[in-house]
Amino acid sequence: MDAVELIIAAAVLGAGTFAFRFAGPVLRTRVKLSPRAERLMALSAIVLLAALVATSALTEGHSFAGIARPAGVLAGGVLAWRKAPFVAVVVAAAATAALLRLAGVP
Amino acid sequence: MRSIWRTLDRGLARDIGLVCLADALVGVSYGAISVSSGFPFWAPMLLSLLVFAGASQFMFVGIVAAGGNPLAAVVAGLLVNARHVPFGFAIGDVLGTRWASRIAGSHLMIDESVAFALAQKDSGRKRAAYWACGIGLFVCWNVGVLLGAFAGTAISDTDAFGLDAAFPAVLLALVLPSLRDRATRLPVLLGVLAALIATPFLPAGLPVLFALVGVVAGAAAKEPKAREPEGVH
Repeated sequence: MDAVELIIAAAVLGAGTFAFRFAGPVLRTRVKLSPRAERLMALSAIVLLAALVATSALTEGHSFAGIARPAGVLAGGVLAWRKAPFVAVVVAAAATAALLRLAGVP
Repeated sequence: MRSIWRTLDRGLARDIGLVCLADALVGVSYGAISVSSGFPFWAPMLLSLLVFAGASQFMFVGIVAAGGNPLAAVVAGLLVNARHVPFGFAIGDVLGTRWASRIAGSHLMIDESVAFALAQKDSGRKRAAYWACGIGLFVCWNVGVLLGAFAGTAISDTDAFGLDAAFPAVLLALVLPSLRDRATRLPVLLGVLAALIATPFLPAGLPVLFALVGVVAGAAAKEPKAREPEGVH
């Protein structure tokens, strides 16, 4: 892949991504959303984020992510559920996964 | 702009700072992996400035480095980033009404800035969290990628530090409070199941979008109940 091709590809990916991001904020101003639609929008974002958590914690490509990563996310999740500080949640997740891998768990 | 920093309390600033730090480390690895797989040093930096979405950038670099068609790499990256459309509808009003702030704010829209904004209660804090997280991550991500592109393989495997577990945990911690609401739990559960079931079959990015069936099913499940009192039996 030569430099020009690479720059064009990066620009197209950047422009397309920006269009995705810009669509909501622009279209929202054109139409007044009902409170029910507002709630559905917020709910959609929460559902997407939750799905992102599940897929990125449990899967890698088209298969399972192994044991260390889900175990780390679970450790963080339990602390978050018990309302531990955010820093503890993040550090516990990373440390659990890192220590398991150090012990040879995939 | 100044009001953002005044609204941002120390706890929130510290949480966002931690995510920025972790993101910078992933940026270093992204820069290093890109250069070591044959890209010129400016390529990961250009992608980070123009695209600013880590998962799609890793995907792009991976496909091209494996000898894939650049068009296929762009399409795969766009699929991964399509979730920003519903994100934009959910937090569009956080970006303000001026065109300049709407354009800049759109470019700063990523999973973490959206999640931090949604996790706040009032609109002032939503705005402060969104902008602080977006700007902080943009700076840290790009500085990290720059360092990685030049410093090379100092950090090539962030999995060894467990950072691949830290990022889902960040989003989980931010989403959990809204799961205390019963009306949210069913659509989330259905959506998560749908995404996981779809993962082996669909290209990256689509399974997460497929989770939106949870919202549809949740809304459909609620409708008949609301109508029940006037129903004819």
